[in-house]
Parts: sequence; structure tokens; C-alpha cells
Amino acid sequence: MMSAHAQTTGQMADLAASPERAEAAIVVDRFCKSYNGRRVVDELSFSVRRGEVFALLGPNGAGKTTTVETLEGYRRPDGGSVRVLGLDPVRDAARLKPLIGVMLQQDGLYPMLRPREVARLFAGYYQRPQPIDQLLERVGIDPGTKTICRRLSGGQKRRLALALALVGNPQLLFLDEPTAGMDPQARLATWEMIRDLKAQGVTILLTTHLMDEAERLADRVAIIDHGRLIALDTPDRLTGVDNATVVRFVAPAGLDCHALAALPGVQRAEEVRPGSYLLETASQSMPAVLADLTAWLRDRGITLTELRVGHGSLEELFLRLTGSEIRE
Amino acid sequence: MTTLADTSRSGRGRPQPSQAAPFLRQVGAQLKAELLLTSRRGENILVTLILPVILLVFFASLKIIPVSTGSVINFLLPGILALAIMASGMVHLGISTAYERYYGVLKRLGATPLPRSGLIVAKIVAVLLLEVLQVVLLVGIALLFYGWRPVGSPGLAILVLALGTITFAALGLAMAGSLRAETTLAVANGLYLLFLLIGGGILPLDHLPAPLAALAQYLPAAAFTQSLQAALTAGAPFPGTALLTLLIWMILILGVAIRAFRWE
Repeated sequence: MMSAHAQTTGQMADLAASPERAEAAIVVDRFCKSYNGRRVVDELSFSVRRGEVFALLGPNGAGKTTTVETLEGYRRPDGGSVRVLGLDPVRDAARLKPLIGVMLQQDGLYPMLRPREVARLFAGYYQRPQPIDQLLERVGIDPGTKTICRRLSGGQKRRLALALALVGNPQLLFLDEPTAGMDPQARLATWEMIRDLKAQGVTILLTTHLMDEAERLADRVAIIDHGRLIALDTPDRLTGVDNATVVRFVAPAGLDCHALAALPGVQRAEEVRPGSYLLETASQSMPAVLADLTAWLRDRGITLTELRVGHGSLEELFLRLTGSEIRE
Repeated sequence: MTTLADTSRSGRGRPQPSQAAPFLRQVGAQLKAELLLTSRRGENILVTLILPVILLVFFASLKIIPVSTGSVINFLLPGILALAIMASGMVHLGISTAYERYYGVLKRLGATPLPRSGLIVAKIVAVLLLEVLQVVLLVGIALLFYGWRPVGSPGLAILVLALGTITFAALGLAMAGSLRAETTLAVANGLYLLFLLIGGGILPLDHLPAPLAALAQYLPAAAFTQSLQAALTAGAPFPGTALLTLLIWMILILGVAIRAFRWE
């Protein structure tokens, strides 16, 4: 037992030390960016491991796109540094560009070309591109279609943009709101593709407004607001009971919230909708708060119909952390 | 015993390292797309090929051009050639690039291995090929139907065509890279009309009101047209002033284009 344990830890240490594994795909270190004197990214630091799906989540204007576009080499940091696959995105652009695949917010398709013509053009930039007909079929676009890009639906354009991001077999994918404008079916198919790509070892950095997209796809989620990192963890740990601080319960309307707030360990009590209550606590006092709450209800002969503990959904966490709604 | 290290090495092979295609292959792919785009946009064909032919045929047939010396076609062909070059560089290249910028195509290309120089080379070659087609078409019509015979200095003519191409292509790109797409569309078409009227290609400058003629002298269209007319006229004096004016415009516009061009 002892020796096996020691052996495993030893190997883990070796792995961490080997340069290939230790080197992160993306390192953002105290990155700052201002436009016209207004700071949009403020000392942002995070790193993305190789093979990881990493989501940047934040409201409009949080600095997500500025961050991604700096990593893609479109802008220079005003302060701090960014490294992508060990390279400087601006100085080493020629070496970096063949290694990355990019899906911008604007699809950037030639309006007058057909999907296959655009795919053939992009394939022409790479030494060993993917076979374009198969690639188009994979994203659900008929390679034989005579429809020019201008006449494709928003979702079709998005899927073609995804195909173009993949045509050069990238090691690292940047997806800026990849499923915006897609219908639910196309969205599910795209999520499936992203999971396949992850299984093939592709590192993926995505930005999204969609909580379920981040929850379902990402290994880790970074929540940013006003250009600052405010939370970074796995979706489970962000939303789960490990650090639960919120109790939600459903009971008859009109309970005395002052009395509820006076329970030991409860910091705040609110009837968010008639009959729908929310208690905020410190995480370590959660078990005691639950016992006190149910005792309080028993003493008044009140039955609750629903009780939930946690951060709530990522959406609620987001609202609590940033104080703003996520909007498309 | 399977360890983490084993699975990461033997599991699935690392995808082949991606590599950019050689520069010339990338330019070739881009050039093919540029030509396809040129051929697919009807308004391009209209303004670069059909319109110059109509102008040439119309004015050569009506014989209403007040030409002081020589034949009408000898006066008209260099002017129409100059207008055709302006249509290719300023109108067609300018407007199509402006819309590529508007649709985010230029920005998207910035994330591919295609270097900006590759994109520019492909666009230049596409414009040159279009110009070859224009020259063949217009000279062919002049030869076959209007009895035009090549006179003057072909070497000087090619030099002037090259300078004009650079000047007006740079003018189109300067607008495309700094103005909104709709503005570029309006300004390029407006300038084309202006150059058609006071460029001296169809209406000789000395028939314009004197102050207008004096102003027109200093514009790039007249400088280009007069240089080309001199190059394609037997025994004409070397168009020193016109050529110098064109050269100054070329350097000026090229400088503005390089400084003002925004890819996003």
C-alpha cells in the first residue's frame, strides 16, 4: 500500500515536472488593457492547461472578447503579459497562427462565396488541412450547396465559422460565443463536437453568455466582470454544495423575514417571490442553519414544499457575484 | 499497472502538428478566391468592363468629341483606358475591400496563417489580371472597329499604366481602410464620375471653363490621362509635368493608405 502510494505520487511529480505537461496552453499574467483611458481589463491572471476546456463567463463589456482577441494576437497588452502555446501572440504571430483555430464573434465569411469555396480557400492556407467535404458535413452543411454565405441562416454561418476554425487541425481553439444564433438542435450538435475535440486533445478557450453551455462543456469556468477575475473553479465546485451559502425554500407566502434573518448563522433572509424564500449564510454554518430553519417552521406548524442548498445555478451565482444579469 | 503517463502517451496520438502552406500556395488560394469574387459581383463587371466599352463605343461612334488634332479614337482610347484602370483600382478594389472590412472578413483572415503581404499580393495580381482583360478588350475594339493603330511609346505607356494602377488602387484601399463601407461606396463612385467629367479622358481639358481646367490639371485623373495620351500619340513631347504630378499623387496616396488603413 505504502509503496504503491509513494510510486503514484512520484509519477505525478514527474508528470508535473515534464516540460510538455507543465507548460500551460495559455498564461495570462496581470494583463491590463484600456481603451481611451477606460480600463476594460484590469490585472487579469489565469492559465489554461493543455487539453482543457476553459470558459470565460461575464456580462457584456466584462472584457471577455478583449482578452480573447489579445490572445489571438489582435491587440497588445497595455500591461502584464500573455503567452499562448509558449509564444507571444503578436511577436511570434507567424509561428502561432498555424497552431490555433479561431471563431470570432463576427463570422467574417465572404458574403458572395459558397461554403465549400470559403472552406477551400481556408484549407489553402495550411500544409495539411482537413478534407473539407467531410468537415462541412460534420458541422451539418451540405458541401454541394450553391447558396452563398450571405443567404445562410445565422446558425449555419456560425457552424461554417466553426468548420473554418477547425480546417487547419489546431491544437488550441478560441471560440467566442460559438453557439450564438444557433437553434437548440444545432447547439447540441456543436456541444457534441466540442466534446469530441476535447477527447482528441484539443485545448479550447470559449466565451459564453450561456450558463448551461459553460456548465456542460467547461472543465473550469472563469467569471470576469469589469475586467477582473471574480471566480475561477470547476462548474461543480462553483455551483455545488461544497461551499454552499444559499438556502432556498418554498413555503406559504408572508413568513416573517425579520424572524428568519434572526436565526443563528443567517445573514440575510428575503422573500424573493411570494412563497419563495432565500437565506444567505456563511458556508460553515449550513448544517446548523438547516436544523434551526426546520425547527422554526415546525414550531409554527408550517410545512415547506421544497428545500435547496447550494450556490443555486451558475446563473444565480453569476448574478450574486457581478450584480448584473447576463444578457445575450 | 497503467499510470497516467502511460495513458497520455499511448492513448491517442497527438494530432499532427499544424503547419502553414508555403507563401506562394497561400497567395494562389487567395488569388483564386479573389478572381471568383470579382467574377461573381455583377456590379464589378459592369463598372470595370461594360461601362468602359460603352463609353468607348458611344463617344467614338458619335464623333461629338471636339478634338483639335488627330483622330477621335487616338484621343479617346488612352482616356478610356485610364478610366478603366480607375474603375479597377479605385471603384472595384476600393468598394470590395471596404465591404470585406465591414463584414469582418479582413479581421478573420488576420487569424489565419495568410500574411497581410500575401493578401495584398493576391489583390494586386487580381487587379492586374482584370486590367489585362480591360486593355485587351478596349484595344481590341479600337483596332477592329475604329482603325486604331499603335503609335507612340509602348514602354512609356506601360510605365504610366503601372503608376496609375498603384495610385488609384492605393486610393481605393485608403478609403476602404479608413471610411465606412457605405461612405467608400459613395465617394468612390462620386470620384469616378468627377474624373470622367474633368479627367480629360473624354472631354479635352481646354474645352472646360478655365478655372475648372486649371484645377483639373492638378488632380491625379488628368495627370494619369494626359501622361497616357502623350505615351500613345506619335511624336508627342514627353509628358514631364503630368508624369511628375501623377508621381507626387502616387507617393502621397500610398503614404495615406499605409498610415490610415485599419483591418477591423
